[in-house]
Amino acid sequence: MAISFDNALGIHQSALGVRVERAEIIANNLANADTPGFKARDIDFRAVLNQESEKYSSVKLDKTNHGHLDGLLSPDEGLKFRNPHQPGIDGNTVETQVEHSEYMQNAMRYQATFQFLNSKFKGLTGAIKGE
Amino acid sequence: MSLGNVFDIAGTGMMAQSLRLNTTASNIANAEAVSSSIDETYRARHVVFAQLHNQEMGYVRDDVTVNEDIGNGVQVLGVVESDAPLDARYNPDHPMADDQGYVYYPNVNVVEEMANMISASRSYQTNVDIMSTAKTMMQQVLTLGQ
Repeated sequence: MAISFDNALGIHQSALGVRVERAEIIANNLANADTPGFKARDIDFRAVLNQESEKYSSVKLDKTNHGHLDGLLSPDEGLKFRNPHQPGIDGNTVETQVEHSEYMQNAMRYQATFQFLNSKFKGLTGAIKGE
Repeated sequence: MSLGNVFDIAGTGMMAQSLRLNTTASNIANAEAVSSSIDETYRARHVVFAQLHNQEMGYVRDDVTVNEDIGNGVQVLGVVESDAPLDARYNPDHPMADDQGYVYYPNVNVVEEMANMISASRSYQTNVDIMSTAKTMMQQVLTLGQ
């Protein structure tokens, strides 16, 4: 019986990927904190994670040609604009303190997911060694 | 996994902010640089920021699907000179005075420049924070399974 890493690691590997993606989006918001007209964006973590985990489990559209597009399973995925509390006069909606706290929160949750993943691996190693 | 992109994005932010700090330094240094003609007088310089996009719109990373362009940081489109009127002062005794006795001072608003400087240095700091957090995240990945 072979070990299936997909089953063993569960949702955590997808979660780690989505956390990285979100870190990138928030970093982009903060880099554009002084760009006129820039709109802050973010993802709905739950929606994107659902979409990611559905990739492995549920039905999906068959792609018989590399030009075929991915079917959208849930319409709620992707980037969304943030609702600013105090938009700038120049049309910029980045609120540095909000973005910064989101970024830190994201990093902490990344760490939590990482701990889960790490202990999964430790469990597997233990099983292989028979300890 | 593309944590390297966070470094790139924060890097563009740091570069743009340091350029802004550079123009501010130049403006303040030249705030009192007088001239005897309108054409030769120093004018306040400001950077223009714009969002930096990925090459293709809707570019999809292979591991995680966010179906839109999440952007690649910030870019500096260019440096523009301020159109504000110059400060012409009547001072016939000045060695640089023109025929009518006027000397021209740059249109640098020092108060505005100071505010600009603080904003640029704070934004720079934020980008450094982002980078160091991303570094911690990356170092964690390296310890996976240990």
